[in-house]
Amino acid sequence: MTLLQVDGLVVGYSAAPVLHGVDLTVPPATIVTVLGANGAGKTTLLRTLSGLLRPAEGGIRFDGRSLVGVPVERVVRLGLAHVPEGRGVVAELTVEENLRLGGVWRADRRDVRLAQDEVYELFPALAARRKHAGHQLSGGERQMLALGRALVARPRLLLLDEPSLGLAPRITGQIMALLRRLCDETGLAVLLVEQNVRSALSVADQGVVLSLGRVVAAADAAQLRDDAGLRHAYLGF
Amino acid sequence: MDRFLFLTVDGLAKGAVYAAFALAVVLIWRAARIVNFAQGAMAVATVYAAYSVTQATGSYWLGFAAALAAGLLLGAGIERAVMRFVPHTSPLNSVIVALGLVLLLQAVLGAIYGNEFRPVETPFSRTGITVGGIALLSRYDLFVLGAVLVLVVLLALLFTRTSTGLRMRSAAFAPEVSRLLGVNVAGLLTFGWALAAAVGALAGMLVVPTELGLHPNTMDLVFVSSFTAAVVGGLDSPIGAVVGGLAVGLVLSYAAGYLGSDVTPLATLALLLVVLLIRPGGLFAGVRTRAV
Repeated sequence: MTLLQVDGLVVGYSAAPVLHGVDLTVPPATIVTVLGANGAGKTTLLRTLSGLLRPAEGGIRFDGRSLVGVPVERVVRLGLAHVPEGRGVVAELTVEENLRLGGVWRADRRDVRLAQDEVYELFPALAARRKHAGHQLSGGERQMLALGRALVARPRLLLLDEPSLGLAPRITGQIMALLRRLCDETGLAVLLVEQNVRSALSVADQGVVLSLGRVVAAADAAQLRDDAGLRHAYLGF
Repeated sequence: MDRFLFLTVDGLAKGAVYAAFALAVVLIWRAARIVNFAQGAMAVATVYAAYSVTQATGSYWLGFAAALAAGLLLGAGIERAVMRFVPHTSPLNSVIVALGLVLLLQAVLGAIYGNEFRPVETPFSRTGITVGGIALLSRYDLFVLGAVLVLVVLLALLFTRTSTGLRMRSAAFAPEVSRLLGVNVAGLLTFGWALAAAVGALAGMLVVPTELGLHPNTMDLVFVSSFTAAVVGGLDSPIGAVVGGLAVGLVLSYAAGYLGSDVTPLATLALLLVVLLIRPGGLFAGVRTRAV
């Protein structure tokens, strides 16, 4: 069974595509990490999946339905939430407003409130700063808020772009552990783009290595950890 | 002292209209990062719509409603048909297009209604009510102040209490993130223009009877004062627009009263210079939160 199925995805101008025929599957309740150097096309992949970019070729099926051509603002309604690189907290809005924004399209207001309370339980640091504006938060708090805000939509698949960027290792560890827990307990699937290869592989079930817009390896995370040749060639450790 | 009181009250009544019109400018600036120089011409067009409806039906209030409806339609139409296609490569692009719209709207209005001043009626008397021997506000001034107060309260509630307001703020600050969260940013932009044009229509309806009459250029000077008010307040800030509008109204009133009406335009300029020298972003400019 697959939740997300990507086939032969080509993105970019014909002269200089960024992705050249990427295949990928994400089963439910699984963390798949996308690894690769800068410029490998990881962010482009996520931006295409959530509809911010349009593929030149190839298919994206989410839960059996094609996402190609679906407007960005509709994609989240289908159960796919994208937390962009740089976290995407709206700096001018308060913590509470950012969280409300996460469920702004949902009709079930009671469940939105419930989901917000759950986020405050997951991240007590945010609960203490409800009325603070986004720009007053620390980097870690911003990442928590961006992640929590995505969860308010009750997604089935979470696209995370470099959640560890600029965070202390301890906070990165907390966030990775939380992803694992959400995945095991709620059946959430995660597509995790990371530069921090070690922490990504420590939490992921499967890994995909991108290099210059092509998939050069796709295997269980444990296998990728143990493949010294691959690590040296593409992951730099 | 009596004279001071009279000038203050008169300035506040004038300033209320500038505040409303400055709010229209601020609404579009916040939503689209465009200074809509066509705001005045758009407002005049809606007042002409009201004029026609009132002529046909004999009802001021039907005309009033027609102006607001015309504002909504005109604002949405201009965003959908014109402004959406203006490239954002340079801020000048939208300014030039807006100035083009001014010429177009004024030419069309002139062609339909002619370039003469038409008297417009008011729903209430414009004779001042005498309090303690001084003729202060007229019933019409009270109506203007009340209408602007209601407008300010409604806008404040919209932006701070409703989900639409939250979406509008978020769409303005972070369009891409908002789309990822399911916010229809393009639709809200159209709504923002419609709302701003309706607010402009209200301001136009309130101010035109106090001017010489209805003419395609009636709002030109009002727009200058209101734009000054918006800049004084800080283009991003609705509170700033209200405070700026009242400030401009007072300055104009004092200058006209104590120094003579010849110097009033200079007084506006002086206010603008002083504020911009002391606080270049305007009185209520937020801290630059985006620059981390």
